[in-house]
Amino acid sequence: MEKLVNIYLFGKKYEVPENLTIMTAMEYAGYQLVRGCGCRNGFCGACATIYRIKGDKELKACLACQTKVEDNMYIATLPFFPLVKEGYDIENIPVNESVMMQLYPEIYACIGCNACTKSCTQGLNVMQYIAYAQRGDFEKCAEESFDCVMCGVCSSRCPAGISHPQVAMLARRINGKYLAPGCGHLEDRVKEIKDGDFKELIEALMNKPLDEMKELYNTREIEK
Amino acid sequence: MYSEKFQKSIAAVEAAREKNIALEPDRMTAKQKEDLLAAFHPDYKQDEFDVLKIGPNKGEKVPTELAEILQAHSRISADCVNLENPDYETDVLIIGGGGAGTSAAIEAHEAGANVMIVTKLRMGDANTMMAEGGIQAADKPNDSPAIHFVDAFGGGHFAAKKELLSKLVCDAPEAILWLSNLGVEFDKEADGTMVTTHGGGTSRKRMHAAKDYSGAEIMRTLRDEVLNRNIPVVDFTSAIELILDENGNAAGAVLMNMETKELLVAKAKTVIIATGGAGRMHYQGFPTSNHYGATADGLVLGYRAGAKLLYAETLQYHPTGVAYPEQIFGALVTEKVRSLGAKLVNADGEVFMHPLETRDVAAASIIRECSERDNGVDTGSGKGVWLDTPMIEKIGGEGTIMKRIPAMWRMFDKYGIDIRKEPILVYPTLHYQNGGLDITADCMTTNVENLFVAGEAVGGIHGKNRLMGNSLLDIIVFGRSAGKNAAAKAKDVKVGKLSLSHIEKFEKEIADAGIETQTVSPKLLPNYTNQKNI
Repeated sequence: MEKLVNIYLFGKKYEVPENLTIMTAMEYAGYQLVRGCGCRNGFCGACATIYRIKGDKELKACLACQTKVEDNMYIATLPFFPLVKEGYDIENIPVNESVMMQLYPEIYACIGCNACTKSCTQGLNVMQYIAYAQRGDFEKCAEESFDCVMCGVCSSRCPAGISHPQVAMLARRINGKYLAPGCGHLEDRVKEIKDGDFKELIEALMNKPLDEMKELYNTREIEK
Repeated sequence: MYSEKFQKSIAAVEAAREKNIALEPDRMTAKQKEDLLAAFHPDYKQDEFDVLKIGPNKGEKVPTELAEILQAHSRISADCVNLENPDYETDVLIIGGGGAGTSAAIEAHEAGANVMIVTKLRMGDANTMMAEGGIQAADKPNDSPAIHFVDAFGGGHFAAKKELLSKLVCDAPEAILWLSNLGVEFDKEADGTMVTTHGGGTSRKRMHAAKDYSGAEIMRTLRDEVLNRNIPVVDFTSAIELILDENGNAAGAVLMNMETKELLVAKAKTVIIATGGAGRMHYQGFPTSNHYGATADGLVLGYRAGAKLLYAETLQYHPTGVAYPEQIFGALVTEKVRSLGAKLVNADGEVFMHPLETRDVAAASIIRECSERDNGVDTGSGKGVWLDTPMIEKIGGEGTIMKRIPAMWRMFDKYGIDIRKEPILVYPTLHYQNGGLDITADCMTTNVENLFVAGEAVGGIHGKNRLMGNSLLDIIVFGRSAGKNAAAKAKDVKVGKLSLSHIEKFEKEIADAGIETQTVSPKLLPNYTNQKNI
C-alpha cells in the first residue's frame, strides 16, 4: 500500500499518495484541470504554484508538474499573473538601454530585495538579469534569463511591479537579432536556393525510381 | 540518487564506460531494420488498429483510439448554433496557437489580412514549446537540400509526398534566417557559424539548437511577435466543429469557451487547422511526451467536414522517454543527448545498438532489448535501458551538459539524479503523429476548399517516420506558407451561406454503418481525474 500524505488544495484537505506531483495530486483529488496545466514537463510555465508547509513561515513557489507533494502542504495555484507586456516593433528599436527606459522604466525602481530570485521556479538569478537589463547589457541578460519559462512568480513577489519575464524576453530578442554574430553560411545558402542552384538536383531526386532512391539512401556517406 | 536495487547494473555501466565510449557500433542493414520494425514496433501490432467504417478514409486502418473519436458524435447539433450573427468575422481563422499557428498568423498579418487565432489553452501551450533537441536545415557547405531530402525520404520509409518534402528541405535555411531575424537565439560559434549536430538518421550535422530549449525559444519568440502585432488571440476556447458554406467550402468554426462552455461562431474566408498532435490519446497505452491538449482535434474536425487523412496509422514513439523516476514517466529525453555522445546501454553494461539510428528503429530496438532479449532494467513500474549521460562530459569535456542540455539536467536534478555523474533510464514514449490531413504543396487540403493545414496535423511531409528536428522545421515552413496562402486566397473568396449540414450527414453515416457509440469528439482534453468521480 502506498503511503498517503495530507495536502490542502486552496485550503481544503485531501489525502493523496506521497509519490505524486502537485499536478497529479490535484487530478487524483478529482480536479479536471483546464487552467494551470500546459506541457506537464516544466517548459511552459502554466502551472506556477505557491505553497507553504505547515509550521514553516517561508512561502515557496514551484511548478506543479515538477514538484512532489509533501505532508501538510498548503497549495494555491497561480494559473495566470497579469504581467505587463509592452508592444514594440522589433525592426525599429534602439539597441541600447534607452529601449528599457522607454518600455519598462519600472526596472529602475528595483529596490534590490531579491524576492524575485528567491521565488524563481527555475532557480534563476532574476535580480541579476534585471540589473543587466538596467545597464543595457542584453547579452548577459539573455544568458542569465535563458531558462525562464515565464511563469510570472517573480513578478507576483516584486514590490516594484516589474514584469521580469517580459523584460528578459525583450533582451533575448534584441540579443538574438542584433547582437549575436551574423551567420555567413546561412545567408549564402538562402541565396543559393533563391538563385535556383539546387533546383535540378532536387527535381532529379523527385523523379528517381524507388529502387534507385533506396540504393542512394542505404549507401549514402555519413559524416563522422 | 538511485536506490540499492539499481546499483549493480549501474556498476556494470560504469565499468564498461571507457570501452563503450571508444566503441563505434555498427549501423543496421536495411533488412535488419525491416525485420526489427515488423517484430517490435507498435505500428506493426495489427490488433491495436481498427478499420474505419465511414468517412473519406473508409476501409483504412487507424489506431483503435483514433477510430473511436473519428467515428464519434459531434458535441453539438446544428440547431444549437445560430450562424446568422457570427461573434467573430475575419479573413483568416487559425485554429491552434502553437508554432505552426503563430507562424501562420505572423505571415498572414504581414500579407495584410485580418487574422485571428483561437486556441484551446494558452498561446504557446503546444508541442513546439517542448521540442528540445533542435531544428534541421542544410545550410553548411558540406550539406545541401538534396542530401537533406535523401535523409528524410529514406528515414520516412520512402513514403513522404515528394512535393511536400522538397518544400520542407528547400525552405529550411530561409526558415532559420526568418527566426534569427525575429530574435531567436541559435547556438553559434564566435564567428556566427551555427553549432550543429547529428540527429538520428541524418548524414550531415544539420541540427540547429538553442541549448535544449530549442522549441521553447522559438515558441516564446513567435508568441511575443504575435502580441507585438496585436493579432487577436482568443484563448481557452476550442474549435469543436468546422463551419462550411453552402458550396462546401470551409468558412469558419463553432467555438467553445473551455471554462464557461459558451458556444461562439467565427466566420472566416479561409481556415487554417494548426491543432498539433495526439500524444494525449495514449495509443496502445503508451505514456507521452506531448503537452496536455494533444488530442488530435484537427483530424476530427477535418474528417467530419470531409477532409482526407494520410498515414494516420503511423505514430512516432520517441525511443528515449523517461522510464524512471515515475513522476516524470514518459517525459522526453531529447535525442540531443545521443547527438552529444551518450550511448544506449543494457542492464549488463553492453551497448546494443548505434545510438543514432532513426527513431522508429531505435524505439523498436529498445523494446526488443526489454522484451525478447530480457536485458532491460526493472524500474519498479516497467522496464528501461540506460542512456549513459556521463559519457557526454567525458567526450565533450566537463561542463558540456550544463552548456548544451541544461533542461535535461534540471529535470532529473529535481529527483536527485545528477545526469553528469549518473546514467538515466529510458523507454519509448508516444511522441509524434506522423500522419494527418492530406494537403497539397500550398497547404490546402486536397478535397475541402479554403481549408488549410499546417504543423503536426498535416500528414505526408515526413512519410511514415520523422527525423529529429524536422518537425520544428515543418511547423515554421508550412506554418508560414499556410499563412501566406490563406491570406492570398482570402482576397478572392466570397463566403456563401454558412452551414453545419455536414454534422447531420456524418451522424447519418454513423447510423447507416451500424456504429454504436456514446463517444463525442473532439476530445479536447484527457481525463486524468480519479475515475471514481462522476
